[in-house]
Amino acid sequence: MEQVIANGLYLGAQYALIALGLTLIFALMNVLNFAHGQMYVLGGFITYTIYGQLGLPFVVALLASGVTLAVIGALMEKFLFRTVIRRSLREESTMLLAAATAFFFDAVILLLFGEKQRGVPKIVKGVFNEGGIIMPYDRLVVGALALIFIAAFVLYIQYSRVGRAMRALAQDRVAAQLMGVKVDRYSMIGFAMGAMLAGIVGGLLVTITGVNSGIGGPISIKAFLMVMIGGAGVVGGAIAGGFILGMMESIGLTVLRQYGDVTYLAIFAALMVFLSIRPNGLMGKPWG
Amino acid sequence: MMLSVKIASVAVFLAIVFIAVPVLIAASGRTDLYYTLTSVALLSIASAGVWLTFYIGRINIGQGAYALMGGYVSAILVMNHGWSFWPTLPVAGLFCAAASVLIGLPILRLRGVYFAMVTLTLTEVARLLALALPITNGAKGIVSIPLPGALSVFGLTIIPDFATLQNPRLAFYLLAVTLMVVCFAVMYRLVHSRIGKLCQSLQQNEELASSIGVNIAYLRVIAYAVSSFFGGVAGAIFAAISQSIYPSSFTVTDSVNFMLNCFLGGLGYVFGPMLGTLVLYFGWDLLFQTGEFQLLIYSGLMIVLMLVLPNGLLSLALPSRKS
Repeated sequence: MEQVIANGLYLGAQYALIALGLTLIFALMNVLNFAHGQMYVLGGFITYTIYGQLGLPFVVALLASGVTLAVIGALMEKFLFRTVIRRSLREESTMLLAAATAFFFDAVILLLFGEKQRGVPKIVKGVFNEGGIIMPYDRLVVGALALIFIAAFVLYIQYSRVGRAMRALAQDRVAAQLMGVKVDRYSMIGFAMGAMLAGIVGGLLVTITGVNSGIGGPISIKAFLMVMIGGAGVVGGAIAGGFILGMMESIGLTVLRQYGDVTYLAIFAALMVFLSIRPNGLMGKPWG
Repeated sequence: MMLSVKIASVAVFLAIVFIAVPVLIAASGRTDLYYTLTSVALLSIASAGVWLTFYIGRINIGQGAYALMGGYVSAILVMNHGWSFWPTLPVAGLFCAAASVLIGLPILRLRGVYFAMVTLTLTEVARLLALALPITNGAKGIVSIPLPGALSVFGLTIIPDFATLQNPRLAFYLLAVTLMVVCFAVMYRLVHSRIGKLCQSLQQNEELASSIGVNIAYLRVIAYAVSSFFGGVAGAIFAAISQSIYPSSFTVTDSVNFMLNCFLGGLGYVFGPMLGTLVLYFGWDLLFQTGEFQLLIYSGLMIVLMLVLPNGLLSLALPSRKS
């Protein structure tokens, strides 16, 4: 039992970090970023290259993942999404663009890094084994790092000048603009931050589960699930959704094991029922 | 548009798909094109369904689920219950429509990205269900489904047995194209009927429509059921053509592609999905020669297209309609 909860918390910390990036982009731009999973994979491969191949310290690799993805995110916002949002008659057109960028990243990742499963050496060796909980140290370190990043992100959004501007944007774009918030600039920063979070999680998780070019899509779907559970565009909701999904996955894998591979089926079914009762998720704004 | 112009353009279109294309293919000897064009016709039927849900203001990324469901219903009826293929076609469609009413009643209350994300997970649910249920034969799928048999009414053979035909590809092409024409005729009629106008009111403002007496819950379930019917029929024929169905026959990628077909063709135009499917499918096929760069070029072109024509290809030809 303790083991199940520990696994759930560990998974939840990472999931929450993935969902935070997605929800940030959604809150600021009203864009459902299909390419989020691909950004995660890209971050993982960058860490793999720098830490696994070149042998530089892990921190450098993680920073490189974050910075690269932030730059990519900023460029995407400036040259792709902003243009399409301005020219398009319907807001949903950004979904096509997002899907196209997801395909594009898939292609780039496949060309650059190939289709093999890649892993890196453990960052910390040894296993924590006490009180009925068995957990390798590297998972503990990664889980703790994820929690630190979540806390840092929440504090930044809550107390910094940039964070305040972004919260204003998420609440009401037009009103924020009228109050003198530089909408374009903060959209770009927000998109870059969302992408950076995806890259950082990718870099963190490559040390444990490894990475391959095909997992981008499934990761995106998981991120959508978490955002739906918590409510789209709400920071607290994304964190809650991440931990809930992590917990459900951990419990489901233990309890439902005898019935075969049905954990995700059960999660989806529960989600459908939940959403029909509470369409906005736990803390979402009405109608996204 | 003048009525005579309309009739003329429909006649030209019918002449192209039913006469010109088979003649040209026979002349050039590229019989492989039949398969491509059949796929385009079927995918455009499924995309038409997605387009209809767009018409009521919902982003539907769950069409793959219904295509998969339709394929399995048809395959199971043919293989386990000894049905002929033809009656399974409407049954598959109706089964999907019934399922979509059950699923749609709760989830159609969702809007915007919530509906999009829920339908996306629906595609995953369908795949996982197909893997988990005993009747679908798990990951091995259902294989070696017989080709459609003869269809006769009162002893008169309307459609010959596909297995005895010299060229079953041509037969499948004609079947798919006929269904596509029927499907788009239905769509056109639907959109230009009273229900179509009501659907448009849903797209613009549901509360307002509801406040002046439009039964929005009923309308959106109907539209979703019609949409799923198309998906189911398309899936059933796909299973018959490939003579097999697997849980991975229709995945999230297919669902996303159905949506992209609609976007590319243009959401404001009934025939958008047809054009979008044709361009996307052929574009993908033509790029096959570029080998490993296929996906890169394809997605790159799609991004460029989005930047230049964010309102779909048909917005180029009919610029004044929307404004």
